Amino acid sequence: MAGEMMTGNLAAAWGARLAGADYIPAFPITPQTEIVEALAKWCESGAMAARFVTMDSEHSMMTAAGAAAATGARVFTATSSQGLLYAIEVLYSISGWRAPLVLVNVSRALAAPITLEPDHNDVLAARDSGFLQIHAETCQEVVDSVLMAYRIAEDERVMLPVIVNLDGFYLSFTREPVILPTPEQVAQFLPPFRPAHLGFKASAPHALGVAVLGGTPYSYFRHQMHLAAMNALEVHRETAAAFEQLFGRRYDVIEGYRLDDAEDVLVMSNAFASRGKVAVDAARGEGRRVGLLRLRMIRPWPADAIREALRGRRGVAVLDQNLAPGQGGILFQEIAACLYGEAVQPRALCSFIGGLGGKNLSEGEFRTIFDQTAEAAAREQGIGPILLYTEPEHREMTQLQMLATTQGDVKREP
Amino acid sequence: MTWQRETFKKIKQIPREEHVLPGTSLCAGCGGLESLRLAAKVLGDDVVYVNAAGCFTMLAVYPFTPFKGSWLYTTMGSAPAGAQGVRDALDVLIAKGRLPKSENLKVVVLGGDGSTYDMALSSTSGAIYRGLDFYYFCYDNEAYGNTGMQLSAATPYGARTSTSPCSLQHPFATMQEKKDIFEIWRAHKPPYIATVAPRYPLDLEEKFARAAKVTGPKLFLALSACPTGWLYDPGETPEVAKLAVETGLWPLKEAINGVVTHTYVPKLSPVETYLKLQGRFRHLFEPTLQKEAIAHIQGSVNAYWERVNLAERTG
Repeated sequence: MAGEMMTGNLAAAWGARLAGADYIPAFPITPQTEIVEALAKWCESGAMAARFVTMDSEHSMMTAAGAAAATGARVFTATSSQGLLYAIEVLYSISGWRAPLVLVNVSRALAAPITLEPDHNDVLAARDSGFLQIHAETCQEVVDSVLMAYRIAEDERVMLPVIVNLDGFYLSFTREPVILPTPEQVAQFLPPFRPAHLGFKASAPHALGVAVLGGTPYSYFRHQMHLAAMNALEVHRETAAAFEQLFGRRYDVIEGYRLDDAEDVLVMSNAFASRGKVAVDAARGEGRRVGLLRLRMIRPWPADAIREALRGRRGVAVLDQNLAPGQGGILFQEIAACLYGEAVQPRALCSFIGGLGGKNLSEGEFRTIFDQTAEAAAREQGIGPILLYTEPEHREMTQLQMLATTQGDVKREP
Repeated sequence: MTWQRETFKKIKQIPREEHVLPGTSLCAGCGGLESLRLAAKVLGDDVVYVNAAGCFTMLAVYPFTPFKGSWLYTTMGSAPAGAQGVRDALDVLIAKGRLPKSENLKVVVLGGDGSTYDMALSSTSGAIYRGLDFYYFCYDNEAYGNTGMQLSAATPYGARTSTSPCSLQHPFATMQEKKDIFEIWRAHKPPYIATVAPRYPLDLEEKFARAAKVTGPKLFLALSACPTGWLYDPGETPEVAKLAVETGLWPLKEAINGVVTHTYVPKLSPVETYLKLQGRFRHLFEPTLQKEAIAHIQGSVNAYWERVNLAERTG
């Protein structure tokens, strides 16, 4: 089966369509807009039995989405970047309501300076919101992850919303062959949404999102959320097994690429991991024992799986497509935290920052990562954070600065 | 033409059954809660209240709620969008046969003036624009009350708040005029808008009864006389609410499909009678009488009612 050629955005829309979403509140933002355009068309034509509503902002969009899920509807929505940040207050409310829904985020770097191209500072700003996070590498994985996300979110042991993340431009607008599950197959995989503990109705009134006085009830409910999020690891395992059985495609919380005998491991996420894999193949061709660990589930954080995958490695390099100013790479911190206390540590844990604002990651940059990680391991001393930035890029930037800078005594006429 | 009440002619016609039960943590003498109590007598129990951050957020405090209906706390800026989600989901579930029609609910936004006049304007405007079938109940106590009375866009000229204090530079305290949210709503052309005051229960009940026949956005602006913030004795709430109306400062009116009718024409008692009762206006009377400020307030009221008389007599 070759599949149909489609963009990551269309694959996301197909995920919502196949899941039989009831309700789609929407708001346009680049590079996500193609998703809601496709869904609007399908709702209009009757191809989807869902209500599509254009809201007045992402803040309102997420409020409507969460409120509808809390009422008992299966809800899908999508956003990017500034839109996600505008709605972020509401993300915390929705997870607190324990209202499961699926939000696709099409990653785009944050202003300022304003740009359209991707990095992961947007989605990682939501990492502590109580939303679970699945980060996809391919268009096929996008549609599959949306379906898996509904099953995980709606599981009674979880009852939390999920973000499925894909990279703007590099995946959102890239066509790849996608095998679409049939509605019959999906019906076998994803049970209808009939929540036992949610829904407003006349015969069973209840109050949701109420105030609490003091830290005792607050701590209790927040901890319940944490436990539910942790349950998602086991629920993901079951869901992945069921998915593989029905569709023949396997997704774990992490993906290892040529890890078996790898001495040094590069840790990455999302679409640029495809480039990382090509770089691993090239390095392998030169006889270097390197591999790649792709982080797929970021929340809950699959600490055990990561520890196991990195156990006994010589060097570990984390390539963050994000930057926490004054700190470094966000995922590096999380990897370092979960390796602390391991009996056998990697000889060097290295932090690289690359691909910010959609900046390319060239073969040379990957080679630099492998070289520097091997050297660091030999010295038994971690390095970083190191910003990946090539000489041609530096020259280009210098030229731009020259254009932007007033040279000499250029004065404006009064 | 005088406005005629059709459903509620006598006080005895107001149902005795209570739908907002006592014992909440709201302040004694809360005029907003009294308005809501009266409104709920028409709304009933098949309701989901969608709340924005404000005083009324303290109505439902775990594990208690004063309502026999449902409650959803959202955010300060997006309660109308929450109403949209609940309304749409109920409609979809009923249409798909997953929820019997008998389980249907009215969706009622509860927001204070801080949320209503400023932060939630985008989501309110959006909900009216989309023709959402919902009630919006704004309890207007003319300041950010739950945080201890700071200036809001609903604070009237001359009122003292903790962020618009009385000073040498600003002897009248608040210099801005209260934002006209009624007219902002009316510009959106919703089918029903009304102002209400708790001291005028028949007027209030009649308006909720009229709104019940209307599909679409139904907006209520409820005078929320506020002993804690306006600084008067809680027992005086009925008197303060009465004088707000009788001085003409709080016009009781409705707009059906944009056509405004004043439902009660006051005799326009001097504004001092209302201002004098409240600590938030004390600086207008002592240590020196601020004649200019009081004349300004009286002038605004007179001008408003002159326009009303012209429009409704000739209209």
